[in-house]
Amino acid sequence: MEILRFENITKRYGQNTVVDNVSLSINEGEVFSLLGPSGCGKTTLLRICGGFEPPDAGRVILDGVDITDLPANQRPVRTVFQNYALFPHMSIYDNVAFGLKATGVNKQDIPEMVAKYLDLVQLTGFEDRKPAQLSGGQRQRVAIARALVTKPKVLLLDEPLAALDLKLRQRMLIELDTIHDDVGITFIFVTHDQQEAMSISDNIAVLRAGKIEQIGTPPQLYEAPKTSFVAAFIGDTNFFEGRVSSVDGDYCDLQIEDFPSLRLYNDKKVHVGRKVHVSIRPEKFSISLNKPEMTNANTNLLQGVVEEAIYLGAHTRYWVRVQDWRVSVIKQHSGYALDERSIKWKDQVWLKFEADNAYMLDSYTEDDEELLALPDL
Amino acid sequence: MSRCNRRSSFPLFVTLLTLIFLYAPLIVVGIASFNKSKYGGKWAGFSWIWYEKLFQSERVWEALANTLIIALFATVISTILGTLAALALYRMKSKFKGVYNALVYTPLVVPDILMGISLLLLFVMIIKTFGAWFTSLTGIPFELGMTTIIIAHVTFCMSYVAMVVLGRLQEFDKSLIEAAQDLGASGLYTFFHVTLPVIMPGVIAGALFAFTLSIDDFVITFFVKGAGDTTLPIFIQSSIKHGRELPMLNALSVIFLILTFILVFITQILLTNKPKEKK
Repeated sequence: MEILRFENITKRYGQNTVVDNVSLSINEGEVFSLLGPSGCGKTTLLRICGGFEPPDAGRVILDGVDITDLPANQRPVRTVFQNYALFPHMSIYDNVAFGLKATGVNKQDIPEMVAKYLDLVQLTGFEDRKPAQLSGGQRQRVAIARALVTKPKVLLLDEPLAALDLKLRQRMLIELDTIHDDVGITFIFVTHDQQEAMSISDNIAVLRAGKIEQIGTPPQLYEAPKTSFVAAFIGDTNFFEGRVSSVDGDYCDLQIEDFPSLRLYNDKKVHVGRKVHVSIRPEKFSISLNKPEMTNANTNLLQGVVEEAIYLGAHTRYWVRVQDWRVSVIKQHSGYALDERSIKWKDQVWLKFEADNAYMLDSYTEDDEELLALPDL
Repeated sequence: MSRCNRRSSFPLFVTLLTLIFLYAPLIVVGIASFNKSKYGGKWAGFSWIWYEKLFQSERVWEALANTLIIALFATVISTILGTLAALALYRMKSKFKGVYNALVYTPLVVPDILMGISLLLLFVMIIKTFGAWFTSLTGIPFELGMTTIIIAHVTFCMSYVAMVVLGRLQEFDKSLIEAAQDLGASGLYTFFHVTLPVIMPGVIAGALFAFTLSIDDFVITFFVKGAGDTTLPIFIQSSIKHGRELPMLNALSVIFLILTFILVFITQILLTNKPKEKK
């Protein structure tokens, strides 16, 4: 059931359109992520929802009620700010009780409610401390308790993990997930980190330059990205450009310049002669020294030379030269890696992948290749 | 001790010289206040006599009372106005922000004598124009006196308060206000429970500044006071002019000095005592 809806939201700062005609529907009780690089408009969208920025056009509908013109202090949504924004002069107890006192909740009920939510975030016993006496992770949890104690319909989290170090971030992700299961309200999670978004979300909207690129579940976005941006922003991939040379039932053959012809599943029902772009994730290739035997008409076999091999424990990354192209390949070490005759630099190898495992993109922008490139030194 | 650890004694020398330069006059006054001699210069033995005379002098008590009353009113009014000015400047997004800033700060750099003359001219003009009408309406005489001194003090104290509070506000996290409103607090509730408590050390420091400046002021007070009004600085000046009881003034200066030091000390503590972040 829908709890929150953005209808054609547009926001400009001067000449700059930061949110461009965005429409979204968010279901009750889900964790919904707004994912995108900095400047994509995700935080602005959250602030419009929180009531801190008025949109230039469009409506925000919460639980069937138009809240676009309501001031922040009258909206049943709460925000966990990126820097937590705890009140430095108040104890943890007073921080959590703030929303209750400010809205005139019955005084006798306050201690019990505060205790309940401090327990939820596992901070019982910290009531008398000041925010400055807590660690980053603890402050984060106070901010969450302070927001949740007022029983909002939606909790907005603005890059809540950005200020924490890596280990703590992973711990907090699990914690957030537990808290979400406990309270069951809708979480809207803003992040630039695709791993965070993937691991916690029911649905993700990928934003770029104020527009929605794609909305979907984490597996949908990863396995079936619609645009080259989504394919490159979420995880790693290989892009190929080619022309359809023949169509054979549900499959087609793709003629790629300076590369072997590829057989692909033709889910877009494209015709012969059409130019298409495909995204193939590195782990969809299986790499071997010997020519694979189990093949059929829809198996692609490519021959190449290893140009780079990086051993990463659970898997190894290879860059394999196939004619004029460099293909990124990941090999999972399902067996005992020491036993295998490992594939090394300059080895002649075979790459195999099934026609069903590639994905044709709706749109392709050459600039998105940049997202895959390693940063300059 | 190795030679590497030997430090040049030059910085120490300069430091001592500076301290002597700054505090020698105060030490001399302090010593002179205990000198039995009436004419100073020569040491005639230790004595509390000037302190005794000081506390027996009715004129001193009257001047002190006036000074404190003026300082109290000037401090309260300038603290409120100055804090509001700082908040307005902090929140302002106008392209004329720089101009408003300058307008608030200007009284800090305008010479006292100019402030004094211009305030006197203004007060005289207002009294000439509205004085008779005001008196006939309320029966209260409207002339130069305590009220004009207080108003004059507020004009320059306010700028100091605004400056100090604005300094505190530069470190104020705007998201605290958003957080308070997000949690359902009204504007007033947010101001009294979040904004004000957070900037309170700055406000108190500003108030102490204002208080110190007010009890200290001579030039401006001299211009805008009425015929019979004395504040402590005015009293000291007229005593020197008429050559009365000079050593008693030394004792008065010492007491004044101690009070001022205490206030400045408290102000410094409040301004440097910022909440520490645990990393």
